[in-house]
Amino acid sequence: MSRRVRIAVFLPALAVFAALLAWSLLAIPRFGDYRGPYGYVLNRVATPERHMTNVVTAVVFDYRGFDTMGEEFILFIAVMGVVLLLREKGRERPGDLTDAIGSDAVRIGGSLAVGVAVLISLWLIAFGFITPGGGFQGGVALASSVVLVFLVASWRAWKGVANEAYVDPFEGLGAGGYVVIGLAALIGGLPFLTNFFGPGVAGTLSSGGSAVFVNWAVGMEVAAANLVLFGEFLEEYVVPLARS
Amino acid sequence: MSALPYLVAGWICVVGIYGVVTSTNLIHLALCLTVTQSSTYVLLLTVGYVKGGGPPIFKGVKLGTTSVDPVVQSLTLTDIVVSVTVLALILALALDVHERAGTIDPDEIATLEG
Repeated sequence: MSRRVRIAVFLPALAVFAALLAWSLLAIPRFGDYRGPYGYVLNRVATPERHMTNVVTAVVFDYRGFDTMGEEFILFIAVMGVVLLLREKGRERPGDLTDAIGSDAVRIGGSLAVGVAVLISLWLIAFGFITPGGGFQGGVALASSVVLVFLVASWRAWKGVANEAYVDPFEGLGAGGYVVIGLAALIGGLPFLTNFFGPGVAGTLSSGGSAVFVNWAVGMEVAAANLVLFGEFLEEYVVPLARS
Repeated sequence: MSALPYLVAGWICVVGIYGVVTSTNLIHLALCLTVTQSSTYVLLLTVGYVKGGGPPIFKGVKLGTTSVDPVVQSLTLTDIVVSVTVLALILALALDVHERAGTIDPDEIATLEG
């Protein structure tokens, strides 16, 4: 089927789909007129029951913890697929490249920014139950702050901090840790992924029970997964540069 | 215009699908797929919005204060992170196609190889 025919066949179908979509979207309750029962109940129940003040994180790691485990494994498998496709055995790796950055101010300022960014990311994960944040957001921020090393320093410095020899195990630990915490509830005779340890004091770091460990496991998994991805794509970009 | 956020979600979905079908570049195609996917985020957040509601975080806020739905927010936040890794997988496949077929135009990859 040629490109022209394909588009000619597709456009009427898209028009019908768009019309149906608009029709159905206009039939659901108006913007701002929320009628779902779960959000209403959770907003009133989550803090007294689980002592977590950030209800979004409570939903992700406690009330819908099993669903998040599935999401985390989609992430894990997608990263494994990328590694299988891109990581070649015996590929020549550049020792170092000529640095694109000549400015000392950028190097020093950037290196300081790495530390600040790492701290902010860890804070985002740690306080995920209390203020906005959590394992997913903090994990991405953590990985991004490590990528700053490549941007402001050199390929060799990046390889020093984000070497797959120790980023890979962290990725597995994060994914496996989630399941292990879920299984730990079984030892106490509780259902899988039940929140144990007691709720703690709301609004402090000791709140959240075992879901706090789930949060850290996800933070570790997301950060490591993103570092592996960045590493693989950076190598795709950097290896040809070294050859030329 | 209380229907506007829904129409925006619908529009993002439709332009994304249009981009996927008419694409002549696998990388462009992958990004169009991501555009389609982001329409679900707009839709979810729109559905969960409560008029005058604050964020569903009760640190220093009285319990029972009107706030938006936390469930749709949690679905959105996990999916944003997961979709990035899935996009990376699609891009890695595109790199692989380029290595094997020498092109990333889906129309020029004419033959299937076993």
